[in-house]
Amino acid sequence: MPEMEDSNTNSKAQQITRRRFILGVIAGGAVVGAASYRILSPGGRAHSGGERLITLNVNGTMRRVEVMKQETLAWTLRYKLGLTGTKLGCDRAECGACTVLIDDVPHYSCSVLTNTVRGKSVTTIEGLAAADGTLHPVQKAVVDEQGFQCAFCTSGFIMSAVGFLKTHPAPTRTELAHGISGNLCRCQDYNKILDAMMRGAEYMRYGVPAASQRRA
Amino acid sequence: MAVIRDVMPAFDLLQPGSAADAQKLLEQNGEDAWVMAGGLDSFDWLKDRIKKPKVLVDLSGVEELKGIRATSDGVEIGAMTTLTEIANHPAIQKDYGVLAQAVELVASPQIRNQGTLGGNVSQDARCWYYRGGWPCYRAGGNICYADTPVGRNREHAIFGADRCVAVHPSDSAPALIVLDAKFVMQTPKGERVVAAEDYFVGPETDITRLNILQPGDLLTAIRIPATWAGAKFYFEKVRDRNVWDFPLMNVASAMKLSGGTISDIRIAVNAAAPKPMRLKAVEDAARGKPANAETGEMAGKLAVEGAVPLQYNGYKIPLMRNLVKRAIAGEQEAA
Repeated sequence: MPEMEDSNTNSKAQQITRRRFILGVIAGGAVVGAASYRILSPGGRAHSGGERLITLNVNGTMRRVEVMKQETLAWTLRYKLGLTGTKLGCDRAECGACTVLIDDVPHYSCSVLTNTVRGKSVTTIEGLAAADGTLHPVQKAVVDEQGFQCAFCTSGFIMSAVGFLKTHPAPTRTELAHGISGNLCRCQDYNKILDAMMRGAEYMRYGVPAASQRRA
Repeated sequence: MAVIRDVMPAFDLLQPGSAADAQKLLEQNGEDAWVMAGGLDSFDWLKDRIKKPKVLVDLSGVEELKGIRATSDGVEIGAMTTLTEIANHPAIQKDYGVLAQAVELVASPQIRNQGTLGGNVSQDARCWYYRGGWPCYRAGGNICYADTPVGRNREHAIFGADRCVAVHPSDSAPALIVLDAKFVMQTPKGERVVAAEDYFVGPETDITRLNILQPGDLLTAIRIPATWAGAKFYFEKVRDRNVWDFPLMNVASAMKLSGGTISDIRIAVNAAAPKPMRLKAVEDAARGKPANAETGEMAGKLAVEGAVPLQYNGYKIPLMRNLVKRAIAGEQEAA
C-alpha cells in the first residue's frame, strides 16, 4: 500500500478504518487461497485436472469462469466470482450455510460440482434483492425480526426458506421448521430464525407493510 | 479426522448424456472409475482423500435415468430420480406409501433434493473407522476397529457380522424389499434384473462391497410391481437427531388384511446388519394371525432370536423387538 511509505505513518495508519482493515485481510486471504489451489490442483496430472472456461447463469447474469473439474459450486461462487454471501461452514453437506438455489431448488453448493450446473440457473443470497436494492421479503423479515445472532448461517437459512416457500407458500410453523431443517445455527437461535421466516412467508403472501419499508 | 477445507484432488470428469454411454464409460475405466449420482456419499470420500478415483462418471446429465413412469405392472423409478420427487409423487404416496415415508425421512431437505434413489440404495457403509480411512477389513486390511472391547460400536450390527460389523445405512432399502421391488442394471453382459433383497451383499460374500454392483455395472432403474399396491404399510426410523442422521434402526412392513387377520405380510429392517434384513421367519409366523399386539409381541421376540450384540449396541435388541411389534400391530395397539 503506497500510503504506508509516507513518512507520517502514524496519522495515516489511524485513517485505516476497521472495515478497510478487514477488507484488506479478506483480499489477502483470497490471494493465499488462490495460490494454494493452483499449486494443488493440476500437480502431476495436468492433463486431466486443468481448468476450463465455462458459462454459468448466476443470479440472472451469464458469467464466464474458469473452473477445475473437481471444483465445487461453493468454491466457484466464493473464490472465482466473489459472491462471498454464500458461506462455507462444514464443506460436508452437514450445516447448510452454503445453500443456494439451483433452478429454484435448495442445494448445498459445497456438494455440487460446478461443471454439473452448466445450463441451470443458480441463485445466491446476492441475487435475491431487486435491482434497485429493495430486499427480498424474506430478507426484509429477517431484518425486521432480527432473526439472527452471529448471522453466519443466515444466508443459507434465507436461501432454504425462499426455496421452500416457492413450493409451500403458506406453511405452518411446523412445516416451515421441517422445510428449513437442513440448516444449522450454532448460536441455537432457531426460534428467532423461525419467527423471521414465518414473517417472511407472510410478507411474500401479503406484501411488505409500508411501516417496514420506511424503516429501511 | 481433520476436516480438509480445500479443493478435492484432481480427477477426470466424464459427463455422459445417456445410460448406454455411462455404462460404456464405466466398463472402459473399470476399477479406476467412480460413479456419481447425487454425490452426497461420494464427496465425503473424495474430500477426505480416502478414495482417489482417476475418473468420475457423473450421471447428473443422463435424463433417461430420471423420473417415475407407470408400467403395465406398477411403476418404474429411474435410478437418478431424487428422493424429494419420490416423496412428493402422488402415485407413490397413494399406492406405495411406505417408500414415500421412507425417503422423506432420509437426511435433510437439501440432501433429498439432490440425493437419488439409486444412490441411496448403493451408498457405502457409515462405520466411522472405515469412513475415516482406517485400514479395516472392509478397506482391505485385516482388523476391525469397531469390534473391540473399547471400539465405538453403538451404531453397529447385531446380526450378520462377519469380521466387519458395519450396518447398511439405507432407509429406502427395507421399503423396497417389502414392496418386492426389482433392481435393473446394465452390465457388460447386458441387462440384469434382481430382487431387492438380492441386490445387497454381506461381508461373508464380499467384505468390500455392500451390493452386487461390479466395475462396469450401472444401476438404471427400480421397478415396483403392483403386488403390494395399497397394502397396509408401516415405516419407522429411529435416529439420534431428527435431521441428517442415518438410522440406528428402521423397519418397513406391508400387510394384506382380511378382517383383522394378516393374510400376507412382508417385513424388513435395516441398520441391524451389514445388509437389509427381510424377516421371513416373522412373516411366516404372523401370516394367518390377527394384526394385534399379541401377534406383534410374538413377532418381535422371534425377530431378535440369534442377535449378537457388541459392547455398546445391546439396546438394538429391544429396539428391534419393539419396532417389529409396532410394524405389525401399529403404533397405538403396540403401546
